Parts: sequence; structure tokens; C-alpha cells
Amino acid sequence: MASVRLSKVPAIDTALKLSGVAVVMFAFVFVVMVPLYNVLCDVLGINGKTAGSAYTAVPVMIDESREVTVQFVAIKNNEMPWGFSPDERIMRVHPGAANGTIFRATNPTTAPMVAQAIPSISPSRAAPYFHKTECFCFEQQGLAGLAAADMPLQFIVDQDLPRDIHTITLSYTLFDVTDAVTDQVATR
Amino acid sequence: MGDHHHGPATGVTRWLFTTNHKDIGTMYLWFSFAMFLLGGFFAMVIRAELFQPGMQLVEPAFFNQMTTLHGLVMVFGAIMPSFVGLANWLIPMMIGAPDMALPRMNNWSFWILPPAFLMLASTLFMEGGAPAFGWTFYAPLSTTYAPPSVTFFIFAIHILGVSSIMGSINIIATVMNMRAPGMTYMKMPMFVWTWLITAFLLVAVMPVLAGAVTMMLMDIHFGTSFFSAAGGGDPVLFQHIFWFFGHPEVYIIILPAFGVVSQIIPAFSRKPLFGYASMVYATASIAFLSFVVWAHHMYTVGMPVAGELFFMYATMLIAVPTGVKVFNWISTMWRGSLSFETPMLFSIGFLVLFTLGGFTGLMLSIAPADFQYHDTYFVVAHFHYVMVAGAVFSMTAAVYYWLPKWCGRMYSESMGKIHFWISFIGFNITFFPQHFVGLAGMPRRIPDYALQFADFNMMSSIGAFIYGASQLLFLYNVIATIVSGERVSDEKVWDGAEGLEWTVPTPAPYHTFEEPPLVSKPAGTF
Repeated sequence: MASVRLSKVPAIDTALKLSGVAVVMFAFVFVVMVPLYNVLCDVLGINGKTAGSAYTAVPVMIDESREVTVQFVAIKNNEMPWGFSPDERIMRVHPGAANGTIFRATNPTTAPMVAQAIPSISPSRAAPYFHKTECFCFEQQGLAGLAAADMPLQFIVDQDLPRDIHTITLSYTLFDVTDAVTDQVATR
Repeated sequence: MGDHHHGPATGVTRWLFTTNHKDIGTMYLWFSFAMFLLGGFFAMVIRAELFQPGMQLVEPAFFNQMTTLHGLVMVFGAIMPSFVGLANWLIPMMIGAPDMALPRMNNWSFWILPPAFLMLASTLFMEGGAPAFGWTFYAPLSTTYAPPSVTFFIFAIHILGVSSIMGSINIIATVMNMRAPGMTYMKMPMFVWTWLITAFLLVAVMPVLAGAVTMMLMDIHFGTSFFSAAGGGDPVLFQHIFWFFGHPEVYIIILPAFGVVSQIIPAFSRKPLFGYASMVYATASIAFLSFVVWAHHMYTVGMPVAGELFFMYATMLIAVPTGVKVFNWISTMWRGSLSFETPMLFSIGFLVLFTLGGFTGLMLSIAPADFQYHDTYFVVAHFHYVMVAGAVFSMTAAVYYWLPKWCGRMYSESMGKIHFWISFIGFNITFFPQHFVGLAGMPRRIPDYALQFADFNMMSSIGAFIYGASQLLFLYNVIATIVSGERVSDEKVWDGAEGLEWTVPTPAPYHTFEEPPLVSKPAGTF
């Protein structure tokens, strides 16, 4: 009876092809959407994301003609008990010049803890022009109970920074990753 | 497809083991109506709490569970399955096929739905309560801060996703492979066209939703950091993935509704559908555009200006094919021989109110203005105009229109008309004031509000109770029709109705078109 229908293709073939489409779309989320999003964020500085590894400085002219204000913000996520604050809240820097500062961290608890700082730049347009040559955010930071540490940050503001940007805010959010780290150690 | 005819089996096994598209369609429709009442009950709790400012009836945490479950149950439990039920009943009859292409898979697609929703509803009784993060389940609310029941929610989404994908594969295979001789693509009824396109959307985006909840599951239980900034992930990524599914999803809901009114308006205008071909192309354009506008739901996340502009213009572009459709429906009625039976009333109600919802959608598409409207009751008003007055009104119209064909009995026309007017008035009393409170800054998903919003919220609540009650009248009318409605035996129940489903006897026999009919006339010709 199927022969008198309009289509000569068995329905099961159509169904199998469509199942293939569904499987491909499921994979698409993981192998395309997630990496693509991360690449786009890195390239375009979307969400104020900065590079996750050290910038290799290229020797350039220091632009003495203008000054950019860099503000530092330190935030603790959720119930993170650490003390965490920038040594200087505001720096005035020349584009092209290498600058350094420190953030102070204290662990008021008696247990050793591990933290991860996540940076974000505002305005996000400035993110591609803010180069960190050294940052405590590149790695997880461990502190023994009741210990304190000075965490270094070295950065260069690119001399190609658009001239209408006068202030850059660098915000760090400190996350408690102790559980995640100990879980990993336990499963290893 | 045996040579001998046999009727339905008897007892509960008829429904458990059935592979008949009409039985499965019926089960989908009843299931979705049950979910509609459940989701409606949640809505009543929300409106009762918002009847007056201050905390009245429920705890804020429970209020959040209500808004979440209301959205999830209505979208995934009521609207989507109801249109799948309609597709099951009608598509084989409209294209002259004896059944769906894959009847056993059809049975399976339906029967995994009730357990999924049972699981979702059971989270209400779990420790920590039901999911309370809104139907959009943004991370990290739905991951780091979620109640333990979130795992059941994720599993429920997986199951209903699988059900939707199987259902759509079945529909596409039926439409592509089972058409009767002469039923070329451009002769198919609009309802079949809109469902074909909807089914493609479903196959493309339901796996994306499954991916999103899978990532949540892995973040919660397996130590990954897709959406956790601490581990190098990004909560904004969740919103991109969710809305990459979520925007096509809203067209998945509305396109079959377009198909329904494209069947009903010509029937009661006694004229063929105006601009059939442009309707097909407009539907396809809407479906295509739905993939490139998702970020208009998230203008406020801090996108680059170029992104905001792209998504703004792309969104506005959708108004063009949608406008084509609206003008085609109006042109169909123009100089038609109109009569206003209940299905037509609901279709015209759809047309007026959906257009209103479309206009508020255009307002929301303007990125700079959206910063004011974002997450306010203006958004709530907008999407209820398109979801309720759009999808639910057209679904109601569909039930009134085809019910006599299905059961061979006529519903009570006067009760139907009363149902329409109470629904129409109740709906507008509920949602029209929400535009005003939204523009004035009342945020959505909050159990309390500032005093200046009190009057409009009380109106809204009264309207919601009226609208809710009118659905019980609908239920009564449908049951009364099935049990003791006046018998009809005309093949064409409505004098203006056109299409193959009106050529089979009334009530539609258990098996139809075992021998394919020969189709010569284009769809909807008179």
C-alpha cells in the first residue's frame, strides 16, 4: 500500500536522518557553542574577560602624553571568609608603562583554604588593552590557617587604548575553591 | 496496516498499548488539559498572593516555586503537548495518511510524558522544596544555589525533551513520507505546514536544551565548571545556550497556533486563505530568523554595542513576516461571508490580542528601551498576550472547531460563546494592567510590591480568577459534548470547512484513509 503514497522513501530513513540531526545538535552545544563562546570572549573582551595567562611584554614607547586611572575592586563571593583588598585602590598610569601593585589576602579561619580570583574589566571595551604580565589570578592561591599573603599584580595598559577611555576598573571576585580542589585530590 | 478492520481494544490496555494516532492525540489533549489546570492552579496561587501588597498567603520561597512551576508546566506540559495532540489527530487526516509514520514511537513519545511531569510535580514535596529559580533556570541560581530537587527537574527536562524530539521526528516523517498522491507540498493545509516547520525547530533546539541541563547536572554533581566563574566558566554562557533554545521555543509554541487560525478563519469567512504561498514563506522566514535573535532576551548582560544593534535589528525584522501573516488573515476575512461561531470568536480574539502582544514585543526589541522594561511586569504582560491569547486561544478555537468531527457531537454554542467572552474579558483584565505596572517599574517574580501598584494588581488578580474559572466552563462544555452533545453526522460539520479531514465520516472512524485519497484541488480552495 505504501507504493501508492506520494513519497517513495521509507519513513524510517527520514526518522533516522532526523535522529542524526538531534544527536549532532546535542554535540553542537558542547563542542561548538562552549568553545566558540570562550574564544569570542577572549578575542572581543566580552564580559570584561581578560586573558587567563601572562602577557609577554613587547618593548614599546611609553605614552607620557596621557594618564589613565585604574581602579581596583576586590569582592568576596558568597560566604568567602578571607580578608581580600587591594593595597592601592586607585593608580594613575601611562599607557605602555609597566606597573605593579599587590592585593592583600588573609585567611581568618584555622583551616587551610584555596581560593581562585576571577578578574573582570569595566568598561569591557578596555579588556583587550589591559595586559597582565603577572597576576595572582592565573593560579589558585592557597593559604594555611590564620596566614596572610601579599599577592602580586603586574600590568601594562596598551598604548592603543581608545582615547575616550580615561578610567579602567579591574574587579576581582574571590571564590572559595577548597572543596573542589580537595575533591580532585581525593579522586586522584 | 492489515487488510482486516478492527476497532479499538477495550480497557486500560487500549490506551497503554495503542498505536492509533487518534487515541494518542486524545491522550495528549487530555494530558495537556490536566497540566493546563495544574499550571493554572499555580497561577491562582501567584495572583492570590499578589492580590494585596505585603506578604499574604505563602512564603516567598514557595512563591518562587509557584512562578517556576507555573512557567514550566504551562510551556512544556500544557501548550506544547496540546499542539502535539492536535498534530496527531489532524495531520494524518489532513494529508490522507492512515496513521503517523512511526506509530509505536508515537505511543512511547506520549507515555514518557506523564512520568516526567509526575517527577517535576513531586519536587514540591521534597526537602528544600521544588525548583525556585524561574522557568528560565539561569545559572548559578539553578546550580550553586539550587535546592536538591534540581536533579529531578533536570531529569524531567531530559525526558520531556526526548518526548518532544521523538514526536517531531514522527511528524516530519509523516508529512514527508505519508502524503496521499497529489498532495504536493504547496497543497498541504497551513496547519500541516506550520507543524512541519515547528517540528524542524524542535529537532534542532530541544537537544540544545538537553545540553544546557546536562551541563547543569555536571556542574552540580561532577565538578565541572561550565557556568561557574570560580572554575573558569561563565554564568552568561548559560543564558546564551538557554536562549539559543528559548527563542526558537517561543515560535515552536506559536507557529502551530498560526496554523490553526489559518484553518479556522477561512472556514468562517467562507473564502480561501488569502496569500497561501506567502503564508508558507512567512512561516519559514520566522523559523529561520528565530535562530539569530536569541540575545534580545539578555540585552542587560553587558553585550558589546555591535551585538545589541545586531540583535535589535534582527528582532525587528521578524515583525515583517509576522505582519504578512496578520494582514493575510485580515484579508481573508475582508468581504467574506463571516459568521461568528465559537471557533471564529477565539480566532479573532487571537488575532487582535496576539497583534497587541506583537507590538509590545517590538517595544521590547528596542535595546535602549529594554533596559527599562527588562524583568518587569511589562515583559510578563507581553508574553502572556502571545502565549495565552496567542497559543491558548487558538488551541481553544481548535478544540471547538474539530471536536464535533472527533466525537460526532456538537458542543453547546451558547456555552462556547459565554466561555469566549468571559475568557476574553478576564484575560484582558488580568494582563492589560500589567503593562502599566511594568512600565512603572514593578519587577516580576517578587511576592511583594510597592503600594502604588496595589490597585492594578488587585484588578489583575480578579481578572485571573475570572479567566481561571472560565476554563472550568470549557471543561464542562467539552465533557457535556462528549457525553450528551447533539449528534452530528454531516461529513462537513461546518459549511465553510475545507480539507481532507472533512471528507471522512463524522465521527471520524478509528481508521481513516487506509486507501489513500486522490488529491487534485489545492489546499483551501472552494
